[in-house]
Amino acid sequence: MSQDSAPLKQTALNAIHRAQGAKMVDFGGWDMPVQYSGLVEEHHAVRRAVGLFDVSHMGEIDIRGPQALHLVEHISSNWAQKLNIGQIHYSGLLYETGGFVDDILVHKVADDHFFICINAGNQEKDFAHIQAHNTFDATVELSSERYTQIAIQGPRALETLQKLTKTRLAEIKYYWFVDGEVTGTPARIARTGYTGEDGFEIYFAPSESARIWRALMVAGEEFGVKPAGLGARNTLRLEAKMALYGHEIDASISPLEADLAWMVKFDKPDFVGRAALASQQDQLTRRLVGFEMTGRGIGRDGYEVQIGGAKAGWVTSGSPSPTLSAAGTPKNIGLCYLPVQNAAVGTEFEILVRNQPVSAVVVPTPFYKRSKG
Amino acid sequence: MYPQNYSYTKEHEWVSVAGDIGTIGITHHAQKELGDIVYVDLPKPGAAITAHATFGSVESVKAVSDIYSPVSGEVLEVNSLLATKPEKLNEDPHGEAWLVRVKLASPNELKGLMTAADYQQYIGE
Repeated sequence: MSQDSAPLKQTALNAIHRAQGAKMVDFGGWDMPVQYSGLVEEHHAVRRAVGLFDVSHMGEIDIRGPQALHLVEHISSNWAQKLNIGQIHYSGLLYETGGFVDDILVHKVADDHFFICINAGNQEKDFAHIQAHNTFDATVELSSERYTQIAIQGPRALETLQKLTKTRLAEIKYYWFVDGEVTGTPARIARTGYTGEDGFEIYFAPSESARIWRALMVAGEEFGVKPAGLGARNTLRLEAKMALYGHEIDASISPLEADLAWMVKFDKPDFVGRAALASQQDQLTRRLVGFEMTGRGIGRDGYEVQIGGAKAGWVTSGSPSPTLSAAGTPKNIGLCYLPVQNAAVGTEFEILVRNQPVSAVVVPTPFYKRSKG
Repeated sequence: MYPQNYSYTKEHEWVSVAGDIGTIGITHHAQKELGDIVYVDLPKPGAAITAHATFGSVESVKAVSDIYSPVSGEVLEVNSLLATKPEKLNEDPHGEAWLVRVKLASPNELKGLMTAADYQQYIGE
C-alpha cells in the first residue's frame, strides 16, 4: 500500500475522470473515481444497460518461457494445465500457510506465455512472491505500465464494444479472450468482469486511453452508457458475491474459508499452500457467508458479528443492495465470517452497528444472478 | 444555492434562526459528498444537543457520517419525513429535508458560524 507521503498514482484516464466530474479517492495508492453521476444510478446502468470502468490501476504480470506453465502451476492453486490457449481462470496466489497473497485471473496466451491480472495494491508484493518461487526456466515481468484496462459491463456491453472492433465478440465465450483490436489499436479482449453482468475487459496501450474511452462513450450513448466508479463496482461485485482483497480475503484467510474451495485443485501434484490447505480441509473453523439485515441498519466492513451476545465473527463487506432494493423495499446485504457450525442458511445472528446489536440472517448467495439468454 | 440567511459549520451543517428557534440541516455540499442517503438517525424531541458535538448520523450507500450540531439547545421537533424518505436529503437539503428544530440555549453561539459567502469560499465553490 502507499505511504501517506507518496503522491497518488494516476491512470492514463485521470484527466477525463476529472473533466466528467468524478469524485476521486485514494484507492490502494491510486487516485481513482469513486463515483460520477451517483453510485446507485451507475449501478443500475450496469445492471440494465452498460457501464464503463477505468480499471487501469489493476496490475498485470507476464510469465514466459519453456517452463512458464510449471511456474504458474507452482504458484497458483487452480490447475493451469487445464487451460486452453485463449482461456482464463480465477485462482489464488497463496502463501505456504494457505492464506492469500492475492486473487488472480490467469490467461493462457500460448503454451509458453501466461498473462496474469492482479490487484492494484498488491502488485509489488505479488511480483516479489512469484520471483521468489521462480526456480524454473521462466521469466516474470511486472507489465502493468504497458496496459490501460477498461471494463465494459452490462447487458448492452457486447453491442457497445462491437461497434469498435472487427473481432466477433459473440464468439468469445465467458472466461475466454482474443487478442484483437479496438478502433484499430491492438487489444486483448477478455469476456470477464467484476459485476455479475456479461461484459468485457480490454487491455491496450495507455497512449490510446482517452481516444478509446471517448469512442466507447459514443458507442454506448444509444443504450444509456454511464461511466461508473469504484462505488458502483463495489456494490455490483458484492451482489454477485465476488471477493475483494483486503475484505473477504487476505493473508490470514484461505480459499477454503472464503468459500472458494473450487479454485483449489488438490488433484494437482503440488503448489504453494497445498500442504496447509490439505490439513485445514477437515478442520475448518470459519466460513464466509452471505447475510441480509432483518433489523434496521447496515452491517459494514469490520463490524463485529455476535451470536447469543458473544463475538462470533466479523463483517467483510456490507451495503444496501441497489438491485434488490429497486422493487421499493430497501434491502441491506453483506458478507461475513461465521463459525462453520453457525453458517447454515437461515441462521439468525446480530451485527454490532455503532454498538447496537441489529438482527441479520444467513441467506443463499450470490444475492444477484443474471438471467442468461 | 446556499441561503444567505443561514449560518454554516465547517462540518457542513446549517442553522436557520427565527426568534429563539433554530432549524438545523446538512448542506448541499455534504449530501453531494455522501451520495445516495439511505438512513438518517436523529435524537428524539426533548433531547439536549450541544454545539460542536454529534447529535445524529447520516448513512449513505457508501458510508456513515456523524452530524455535528451548530448550536446548543433542546430538540423541539424532528423531521419525520426522513424516516421514510431519507433520499429527500439528497434532493432538498436546505429546505424540505431539514433535520431538527431546537430551542436555542445560547444564541451567542451563532457568531462563531460562517456566512453563506464564507462557507462557499471554504468549500471552494
